[in-house]
Amino acid sequence: MQYLFVGIAGILGASLRYLIGIYFNHWWLYDFPLATFLTNMAGSFILGWITTFVPRLKFLHPYMITAIGTGLIGSFTTFSTFSVETVQLVMNAKWAIAIGYVLLSLWGGLLFSWCGFNLGTSKNEVISK
Amino acid sequence: MIAHITLVAIGGFFGAIFRFGMSNWIKSKYPSTFPIATLFVNLIGSFLLGLIIGANLEKSWQLLLGTGFTGAFTTFSTFKLENVQLYEKKNWNVMVLYLSIGYTVGILLAFIGLKIGEVF
Repeated sequence: MQYLFVGIAGILGASLRYLIGIYFNHWWLYDFPLATFLTNMAGSFILGWITTFVPRLKFLHPYMITAIGTGLIGSFTTFSTFSVETVQLVMNAKWAIAIGYVLLSLWGGLLFSWCGFNLGTSKNEVISK
Repeated sequence: MIAHITLVAIGGFFGAIFRFGMSNWIKSKYPSTFPIATLFVNLIGSFLLGLIIGANLEKSWQLLLGTGFTGAFTTFSTFKLENVQLYEKKNWNVMVLYLSIGYTVGILLAFIGLKIGEVF
Protein backbone atom coordinates (compact mmCIF):
# COMPACT_ATOMS: atom_id res chain seq x y z
CA MET A 1 0.00 0.00 0.00
CA GLN A 2 2.82 2.34 0.88
CA TYR A 3 4.32 1.63 -2.54
CA LEU A 4 1.11 2.83 -4.18
CA PHE A 5 1.23 6.11 -2.25
CA VAL A 6 4.86 6.66 -3.19
CA GLY A 7 4.01 5.94 -6.84
CA ILE A 8 1.09 8.38 -6.91
CA ALA A 9 3.25 11.05 -5.30
CA GLY A 10 5.91 10.21 -7.90
CA ILE A 11 3.40 11.03 -10.65
CA LEU A 12 2.91 14.50 -9.17
CA GLY A 13 6.63 15.10 -8.65
CA ALA A 14 7.67 14.03 -12.15
CA SER A 15 4.82 15.92 -13.86
CA LEU A 16 5.57 19.08 -11.93
CA ARG A 17 9.25 18.85 -12.89
CA TYR A 18 8.26 18.34 -16.53
CA LEU A 19 5.93 21.36 -16.54
CA ILE A 20 8.57 23.59 -14.97
CA GLY A 21 11.00 22.43 -17.67
CA ILE A 22 8.52 23.35 -20.43
CA TYR A 23 7.87 26.74 -18.85
CA PHE A 24 11.58 27.55 -18.67
CA ASN A 25 12.13 26.46 -22.27
CA HIS A 26 9.90 29.31 -23.38
CA TRP A 27 12.04 32.11 -22.09
CA TRP A 28 15.37 30.80 -20.80
CA LEU A 29 17.59 30.82 -23.88
CA TYR A 30 21.00 30.30 -22.28
CA ASP A 31 22.99 27.07 -22.01
CA PHE A 32 22.90 26.89 -18.23
CA PRO A 33 20.28 24.21 -17.29
CA LEU A 34 18.29 26.59 -15.10
CA ALA A 35 15.08 24.50 -14.88
CA THR A 36 16.80 21.40 -13.46
CA PHE A 37 18.98 23.55 -11.22
CA LEU A 38 16.11 25.48 -9.64
CA THR A 39 14.00 22.33 -9.31
CA ASN A 40 16.82 20.57 -7.48
CA MET A 41 17.52 23.53 -5.20
CA ALA A 42 13.86 24.00 -4.27
CA GLY A 43 13.44 20.25 -3.70
CA SER A 44 16.53 20.06 -1.50
CA PHE A 45 15.23 22.86 0.68
CA ILE A 46 11.72 21.41 0.96
CA LEU A 47 12.94 17.87 1.72
CA GLY A 48 15.27 19.15 4.44
CA TRP A 49 12.42 21.07 5.99
CA ILE A 50 9.85 18.28 5.63
CA THR A 51 12.15 15.68 7.19
CA THR A 52 12.65 17.62 10.39
CA PHE A 53 9.35 19.45 10.68
CA VAL A 54 6.52 17.33 9.31
CA PRO A 55 6.94 14.22 11.56
CA ARG A 56 5.86 16.49 14.42
CA LEU A 57 2.49 16.99 12.79
CA LYS A 58 0.66 14.16 14.50
CA PHE A 59 -2.34 14.19 12.17
CA LEU A 60 -0.19 13.03 9.23
CA HIS A 61 0.09 9.27 8.86
CA PRO A 62 3.72 8.07 8.47
CA TYR A 63 2.74 6.69 5.05
CA MET A 64 1.83 10.21 3.97
CA ILE A 65 5.17 11.58 5.13
CA THR A 66 7.03 8.93 3.13
CA ALA A 67 4.82 9.64 0.13
CA ILE A 68 5.54 13.39 0.29
CA GLY A 69 9.28 13.10 1.02
CA THR A 70 10.35 10.01 -0.92
CA GLY A 71 7.61 10.06 -3.56
CA LEU A 72 6.81 13.68 -4.33
CA ILE A 73 10.04 15.55 -3.58
CA GLY A 74 12.26 12.57 -4.46
CA SER A 75 10.75 12.39 -7.95
CA PHE A 76 10.52 16.15 -8.35
CA THR A 77 14.30 16.44 -8.04
CA THR A 78 16.55 14.42 -10.29
CA PHE A 79 20.17 13.40 -10.39
CA SER A 80 20.23 11.64 -13.76
CA THR A 81 19.24 14.77 -15.71
CA PHE A 82 21.89 16.72 -13.84
CA SER A 83 24.60 14.18 -14.83
CA VAL A 84 23.56 14.01 -18.47
CA GLU A 85 23.24 17.80 -18.80
CA THR A 86 26.76 18.18 -17.40
CA VAL A 87 28.11 15.64 -19.92
CA GLN A 88 26.33 17.42 -22.76
CA LEU A 89 27.82 20.77 -21.73
CA VAL A 90 31.28 19.21 -21.66
CA MET A 91 30.76 17.55 -25.04
CA ASN A 92 29.78 20.93 -26.49
CA ALA A 93 32.98 22.37 -25.01
CA LYS A 94 31.00 24.67 -22.69
CA TRP A 95 33.51 24.04 -19.93
CA ALA A 96 32.86 27.10 -17.82
CA ILE A 97 29.11 26.49 -17.71
CA ALA A 98 29.64 22.79 -16.96
CA ILE A 99 31.98 23.50 -14.06
CA GLY A 100 29.72 26.29 -12.78
CA TYR A 101 26.71 23.97 -12.96
CA VAL A 102 28.45 21.21 -10.98
CA LEU A 103 29.84 23.56 -8.32
CA LEU A 104 26.60 25.51 -7.90
CA SER A 105 24.60 22.27 -7.64
CA LEU A 106 27.09 20.79 -5.19
CA TRP A 107 27.29 23.74 -2.78
CA GLY A 108 23.86 25.25 -3.46
CA GLY A 109 22.14 21.91 -2.87
CA LEU A 110 23.97 21.40 0.41
CA LEU A 111 23.17 24.94 1.52
CA PHE A 112 19.46 24.74 0.67
CA SER A 113 19.11 21.31 2.23
CA TRP A 114 20.90 22.49 5.38
CA CYS A 115 18.71 25.62 5.60
CA GLY A 116 15.54 23.57 5.26
CA PHE A 117 16.81 21.05 7.79
CA ASN A 118 17.59 23.74 10.36
CA LEU A 119 14.42 25.70 9.71
CA GLY A 120 12.45 22.52 10.45
CA THR A 121 14.45 21.87 13.60
CA SER A 122 13.94 25.35 15.04
CA LYS A 123 10.20 25.19 14.36
CA ASN A 124 10.12 21.88 16.24
CA GLU A 125 11.45 23.53 19.36
CA VAL A 126 8.78 26.21 19.24
CA ILE A 127 6.04 23.61 18.89
CA SER A 128 7.30 21.30 21.62
CA LYS A 129 7.39 24.21 24.06
CA MET B 1 0.46 18.08 -24.35
CA ILE B 2 -1.86 15.86 -22.29
CA ALA B 3 -0.36 12.78 -23.93
CA HIS B 4 3.13 14.01 -23.07
CA ILE B 5 2.28 14.62 -19.42
CA THR B 6 0.64 11.19 -19.23
CA LEU B 7 3.86 9.55 -20.41
CA VAL B 8 5.93 11.47 -17.86
CA ALA B 9 3.38 10.59 -15.16
CA ILE B 10 3.48 6.87 -15.92
CA GLY B 11 7.28 6.92 -15.91
CA GLY B 12 7.27 8.91 -12.67
CA PHE B 13 4.92 6.42 -11.01
CA PHE B 14 7.21 3.48 -11.72
CA GLY B 15 10.43 5.45 -11.18
CA ALA B 16 9.39 6.47 -7.66
CA ILE B 17 8.21 2.95 -6.78
CA PHE B 18 11.41 1.36 -8.12
CA ARG B 19 13.57 3.80 -6.18
CA PHE B 20 11.60 3.19 -2.99
CA GLY B 21 11.66 -0.58 -3.44
CA MET B 22 15.29 -0.79 -4.41
CA SER B 23 16.48 1.45 -1.59
CA ASN B 24 14.39 -0.46 0.98
CA TRP B 25 15.88 -3.69 -0.31
CA ILE B 26 19.47 -2.43 -0.25
CA LYS B 27 19.02 -0.89 3.21
CA SER B 28 17.75 -4.18 4.65
CA LYS B 29 20.34 -6.28 2.86
CA TYR B 30 23.40 -4.07 3.40
CA PRO B 31 22.81 -1.77 6.38
CA SER B 32 25.57 0.86 6.67
CA THR B 33 26.17 4.49 7.63
CA PHE B 34 27.21 5.13 4.05
CA PRO B 35 24.04 5.95 2.04
CA ILE B 36 24.75 3.19 -0.45
CA ALA B 37 21.10 2.82 -1.54
CA THR B 38 20.62 6.35 -2.88
CA LEU B 39 24.11 6.33 -4.38
CA PHE B 40 23.41 3.11 -6.25
CA VAL B 41 20.06 4.36 -7.57
CA ASN B 42 21.56 7.67 -8.73
CA LEU B 43 24.51 6.02 -10.48
CA ILE B 44 22.37 3.42 -12.28
CA GLY B 45 19.88 6.12 -13.26
CA SER B 46 22.58 8.42 -14.64
CA PHE B 47 23.87 5.59 -16.81
CA LEU B 48 20.36 4.71 -18.01
CA LEU B 49 19.50 8.30 -18.90
CA GLY B 50 22.80 8.57 -20.77
CA LEU B 51 21.80 5.48 -22.79
CA ILE B 52 18.35 6.89 -23.52
CA ILE B 53 19.64 10.29 -24.65
CA GLY B 54 22.56 8.76 -26.57
CA ALA B 55 20.30 6.36 -28.46
CA ASN B 56 18.21 9.38 -29.51
CA LEU B 57 14.92 7.57 -28.97
CA GLU B 58 11.75 9.04 -30.33
CA LYS B 59 10.22 11.80 -28.18
CA SER B 60 7.49 9.74 -26.49
CA TRP B 61 10.04 7.14 -25.32
CA GLN B 62 12.30 9.89 -24.01
CA LEU B 63 9.42 11.34 -21.99
CA LEU B 64 8.33 7.97 -20.60
CA LEU B 65 11.75 6.49 -19.84
CA GLY B 66 13.94 9.59 -19.54
CA THR B 67 11.99 12.47 -18.00
CA GLY B 68 9.50 10.18 -16.27
CA PHE B 69 11.22 6.99 -15.18
CA THR B 70 14.91 7.80 -14.68
CA GLY B 71 14.02 11.36 -13.61
CA ALA B 72 11.90 10.04 -10.75
CA PHE B 73 14.09 6.98 -10.12
CA THR B 74 17.08 9.21 -9.32
CA THR B 75 16.88 11.92 -6.72
CA PHE B 76 18.87 15.01 -5.90
CA SER B 77 17.05 16.09 -2.75
CA THR B 78 17.63 12.84 -0.82
CA PHE B 79 21.28 12.86 -1.90
CA LYS B 80 21.69 16.34 -0.39
CA LEU B 81 19.68 15.59 2.73
CA GLU B 82 21.80 12.52 3.47
CA ASN B 83 24.91 14.70 3.20
CA VAL B 84 23.43 17.21 5.64
CA GLN B 85 22.59 14.37 8.04
CA LEU B 86 26.15 13.06 7.78
CA TYR B 87 27.39 16.59 8.44
CA GLU B 88 25.17 16.93 11.52
CA LYS B 89 26.50 13.60 12.83
CA LYS B 90 30.07 14.81 12.09
CA ASN B 91 30.71 11.89 9.75
CA TRP B 92 32.97 14.07 7.61
CA ASN B 93 34.85 11.26 5.89
CA VAL B 94 31.70 9.50 4.79
CA MET B 95 30.22 12.80 3.61
CA VAL B 96 33.23 13.75 1.50
CA LEU B 97 33.45 10.23 0.06
CA TYR B 98 29.73 10.19 -0.72
CA LEU B 99 29.87 13.57 -2.48
CA SER B 100 33.01 12.68 -4.46
CA ILE B 101 31.74 9.32 -5.67
CA GLY B 102 28.26 10.67 -6.37
CA TYR B 103 29.43 13.48 -8.62
CA THR B 104 32.43 11.97 -10.37
CA VAL B 105 31.07 8.47 -10.97
CA GLY B 106 27.58 9.83 -11.73
CA ILE B 107 28.84 12.11 -14.49
CA LEU B 108 31.25 9.45 -15.76
CA LEU B 109 28.50 6.83 -16.00
CA ALA B 110 26.23 9.30 -17.80
CA PHE B 111 29.05 9.84 -20.31
CA ILE B 112 29.61 6.09 -20.80
CA GLY B 113 25.86 5.57 -21.19
CA LEU B 114 25.68 8.32 -23.78
CA LYS B 115 28.56 6.83 -25.77
CA ILE B 116 27.09 3.32 -25.66
CA GLY B 117 23.67 4.71 -26.58
CA GLU B 118 25.12 6.42 -29.66
CA VAL B 119 26.19 3.02 -31.00
CA PHE B 120 22.56 1.91 -31.27
